[in-house]
Amino acid sequence: MNDNGYRDDLRSYLTGFILALVLTLVPFALVVWGGLAWGTIMAILGGFALVQMVVHLRYFLHIDLSRQKREDLQLILFSVLLLALMAVGTIWIMGNLATRM
Amino acid sequence: MRHPILHPGLNLGPHHGEAHDHAETVVFGFWVFLMSDLIIFGLMFATYVTMANPMGMAGGPGPKDAFDLGSVFAQTMTLLFSSVTFGFATLALRHERGPRQLMVWLVVTLALGLIFLGLEFRDFADMIAKGAVPQRSGYLSAFWGLVPLHGLHVASGCVWILVMLAQIRTMGLVPVVKTRLLRLGLFWHFLDLVWIGIFTIVYLMGLSQ
Repeated sequence: MNDNGYRDDLRSYLTGFILALVLTLVPFALVVWGGLAWGTIMAILGGFALVQMVVHLRYFLHIDLSRQKREDLQLILFSVLLLALMAVGTIWIMGNLATRM
Repeated sequence: MRHPILHPGLNLGPHHGEAHDHAETVVFGFWVFLMSDLIIFGLMFATYVTMANPMGMAGGPGPKDAFDLGSVFAQTMTLLFSSVTFGFATLALRHERGPRQLMVWLVVTLALGLIFLGLEFRDFADMIAKGAVPQRSGYLSAFWGLVPLHGLHVASGCVWILVMLAQIRTMGLVPVVKTRLLRLGLFWHFLDLVWIGIFTIVYLMGLSQ
């Protein structure tokens, strides 16, 4: 392939790296500085982690919703759905039991 | 230049011929494995979250007693850098920059992986010295089930890099070696993705309680 393609690919990895770096540094800095309310910091940390996961999927694992082969994408989405059902269900039920004890 | 994408993840491209065509099935199979691994990690996370409360800690060491944020930060950076260096290795493969450049980036990635494991082992040793052992509480059992499981994956990733370095030397960049490197790349980036969950949920959220 030509050199242009190489440079585009390289730029994509570096973009992902810089985004991931910022999305890592901010949560660590917030925890070190502290001072935020518990609910606020949990929401911010969760948000940053989700965004960073999307950045990794997009730039490192090259998952792109628009031009994948459909059955492969369905595999990923269905696994995530199963995981969400099991993980959220576990946390929900166990948390509910804990508050009733 | 756009060409049809055969599988999720970076495609080698049609100029790789047989390796590119063969990648469609084997990479799909590897995604099936990765997704089953994702379920395992996800449920370990769910167990950890249900245990991360005073009842689960049973009076034993909690996050603030057991964790060292500085070391976790160093591990996070090491793993992030190793993801990028593996990316460079994949690009050297895809754009046929020669086996030398590919192997240099693989060796750099391997070194970063080993540094990560070294830092993690030091943390684990510290925790054991502080009495934060798996049998102390349900919370610590969940921790020792989750974080070392990721470490074990990174260790097997390092072994896999070594095997691929040997195969590149002995077999050259034949199609089967190329598709193995593609799958190793997915595995390595996937581990960095899981680490985002670990440093956020286990370390950052634990230390800000």
